[in-house]
Parts: sequence; structure tokens; C-alpha cells
Amino acid sequence: MDIISILIAWGPYLLGGIAVTLGLVLSALAIGFVLGLPIALIQVYGNRMLRAPAAVYVWFFRGLPILVLLFLFYFGIFPVMGLDFPPFVVGAVVLGLRGAAYQSQIFRGAIQSIAEGQMTAALSLGMTRWMAIRTIILPQALRISLPGWSNEYPEILTDSAVCYAIGVMELLTRTSQIVSQTYVTLPVYMACAGIFILLNYAGMQVILRAEEKFAIPGFGIQSG
Amino acid sequence: MDPVTFLTQFLMPALWQGLIVTLELVLLTAPFGLVLGIGIALGRQYGGPALSTACAGYVVFFKGCPLLLLLFMLYFGLPTVGITLPAFTASVLGFILCNAAYNSEYVRGAIKSIKDGQMTAAQALGMTKVQAIETIILPQALRRAIPGLSNEFIYLIKYSSLAYMITVVELSGAAKLVATKYFMFNEAFLAVGVVYLVLVTLTTYGVHLLEKRVAVPGLTGKSRA
Repeated sequence: MDIISILIAWGPYLLGGIAVTLGLVLSALAIGFVLGLPIALIQVYGNRMLRAPAAVYVWFFRGLPILVLLFLFYFGIFPVMGLDFPPFVVGAVVLGLRGAAYQSQIFRGAIQSIAEGQMTAALSLGMTRWMAIRTIILPQALRISLPGWSNEYPEILTDSAVCYAIGVMELLTRTSQIVSQTYVTLPVYMACAGIFILLNYAGMQVILRAEEKFAIPGFGIQSG
Repeated sequence: MDPVTFLTQFLMPALWQGLIVTLELVLLTAPFGLVLGIGIALGRQYGGPALSTACAGYVVFFKGCPLLLLLFMLYFGLPTVGITLPAFTASVLGFILCNAAYNSEYVRGAIKSIKDGQMTAAQALGMTKVQAIETIILPQALRRAIPGLSNEFIYLIKYSSLAYMITVVELSGAAKLVATKYFMFNEAFLAVGVVYLVLVTLTTYGVHLLEKRVAVPGLTGKSRA
């Protein structure tokens, strides 16, 4: 069977795989953001009691290969906790927990790049620390961190393929199934690579748009 | 079985074997990945239109294609066109191709950060382009690329675990096999995690030493060119 008719015959199945892959990536990015930002704030503004666990968290999740993390949570930690998550949830959560470690460092760098005087000025105007962070520091820091943050998307996209190892029905898993059903190997793999590259490109376009949309004239995020 | 017996009797010997394979994978990949990466960066920066397009295409493909998929192509795909590679060779080849794509981006960024005027000045002094690249641009650019390149080396240590998915029993694979056999998942994966953390932390430390060693006084990492 030639590659075109394979792609037509298995098209819906592959489209389902794209949906699962994008689901993994988007949930992981969201989890990473929701956890990563507080970790960054703790690392910059927290007291020592809070900073130490945050640093250990980042060190742990950045130091382990994604494959080991997936195995650890899928076979070890979640079952021991009595959580019987389906592979997709494990994949999304593990990619997200790890993403949080990486994203926190992007946010931390951005927060630290804002001159300390701004915080002092805000406090002297009678703002609380939290108010200053929320209304002065973060609106700038988040914009500064966008270029760095945009590297997270392609990274998580390509890493999501490792969820194959715990049986998530994402793009690579489905591609492998098609290969073993049709005995057509290289062309099918190449098609899968093409899809990943397209997803990568399309996602980056969206992120570039976002960067333009959130840009404030005169506030140079394009330089970052 | 109690965890201590498991750790000392079964896990440690397996992890030791796995560690050796992981180190072989990483140490075989790194030099080739670096040289190929520099080559691609140079081709993209200084090559003619055809060469630089080809190099750009290389980077798009190997950065965009998940490494695991690339390994599948090399290990399961190539035999269908008559090229059969042992799993270890296929892994190293895949790692080199991927590693080079990322390395080339760091090197290219560093080359671009060196002012054009230096090349012009070198040529005005009668140097050829190759001479200028070799003796003026690269010595500065590579020093600047060290943080990025070493980051990539650390990534390489971690993604070498994917070799297990095409049957190379390295660190992660060794842990997985022992864990499955004795049904001790948390113990095995936490232990292998510790080994990776040690490897990564030691490497980070080593890289700092290297950076200091090759530093040229006055030529700082980031500032002016």
C-alpha cells in the first residue's frame, strides 16, 4: 500500500492522535504555568523555609529524564498513592510538573530582571508587597518572559512523544500501530515527523502573535 | 524482600552496568554532535544559498522531529531500505543528529553576536574568510556558546534514556527491568533518579570549571563584541 492511501485510510486515526498530543501539550503548559509562577515568586520573594523546597523541586524535575519521571509516576508514585490515573492523565501531569520546574526558572529570571527600585517605590507609595507584585512586577515580568516561555512549547511537544512509553494514544503511539498494521515503515514515520514539525510551526506562529498582541509600545520585549 | 537487600543485591549491580552504557552513549555522541553542530552553524552562517538552506532545513527537521521518533526511524525504518544498524549504533546516530541540530543553534547565535566589523577588519588585513573564521570568529564564538552547549550536554545525558525504547539497556532500562522483575518500582526509579541527579549535578559543576579555565580576561560571556 502506498503512503498516500495509508494516510487517507488512517487519517481520522492520526487526527485523533494529533488531538491527544495537543491535549497533552496544552494541559502540560497550563499545569506548568499554574505551578511554575508561584515557584518563581517563592524563589524570589519567599523566606528560606519556602525557598529550599522550591529549589529542591526544580532540581529534581530538571535533573531527571522525562522517561524516568513517567515510569516513576506511572508505575510507582501514583499507584502507591492509590491513584489509578489513565496514561493520558499521568503523561499530562508529569509533563506539567516538569514543565513547572523549567517555567519557574524563566519567570524567575524575568522577575529578577526588573529593577528592585520598582518594588521599593511601590512599597513607599503604601502598596502591600502582594499588590506590588500583582500590579507592577508581574505585568512586566510576564511580558519579558514570553520569548523564553515560547521555547517551552516545542520542547513539550517533542517530549510528549515519550508518553508512548506508558501507552498514551498520542501521535507516535498511533504511528507505531499503523506501522505494525501496514508493514510500511519509513514513509509512515516520515509523515509523523512532518505532522510534528507542522504542529511545531503552527504553535510558534500562535505564540508570535501573542507576543505582538501583548507588546506595549516602548516597552522592549522584542529585544529579550 | 526488604528494600536494602533489593538495593544492594539486585539494583546496584544492574544500575552499574546501565551507567556504563549510558556513559558510552553520551561520550560517543558528544564530540560528533559538537563537530557536526559547528559545521552546520558555519554552513548556515557563511555558506552559499543552497548550503545555508540545507543547513536550516536540517535544523528544522531534527529539532522538530521527536527524538524517540527519530530513533524508531533509524532502528525500525532503515532496515526496510537495506540498512540494518545495531540498537546501540542507531541510538548514538540518532543522538548525534539531534544533538548537532541544537548545538548548531547555540554556535550560530554566538557567531552572530560577534560584530561583523571583525570579519571586515580581518579581511582588510589580508586574511581569507576561512582564516578569519578559524582564528578570530570561532575562538570567541565557541567561548560564548559554552553555556548553551553545556546545557545541551546535560540534556543529552537525560535523553540518552530514550535508547531503552529501542532495546539498549542503559540506566533507565536497567532500572525498568529490575523494577518489573521484583515489582519494586518506586525504589528502582528513585534510585536511578538519584544517579541521574548526581550525573547532572557533577556535569554542571564540571562545566563551570571548564568555563573558568577557557575564559579570556576582558572577554566576558555576554557583553560587547
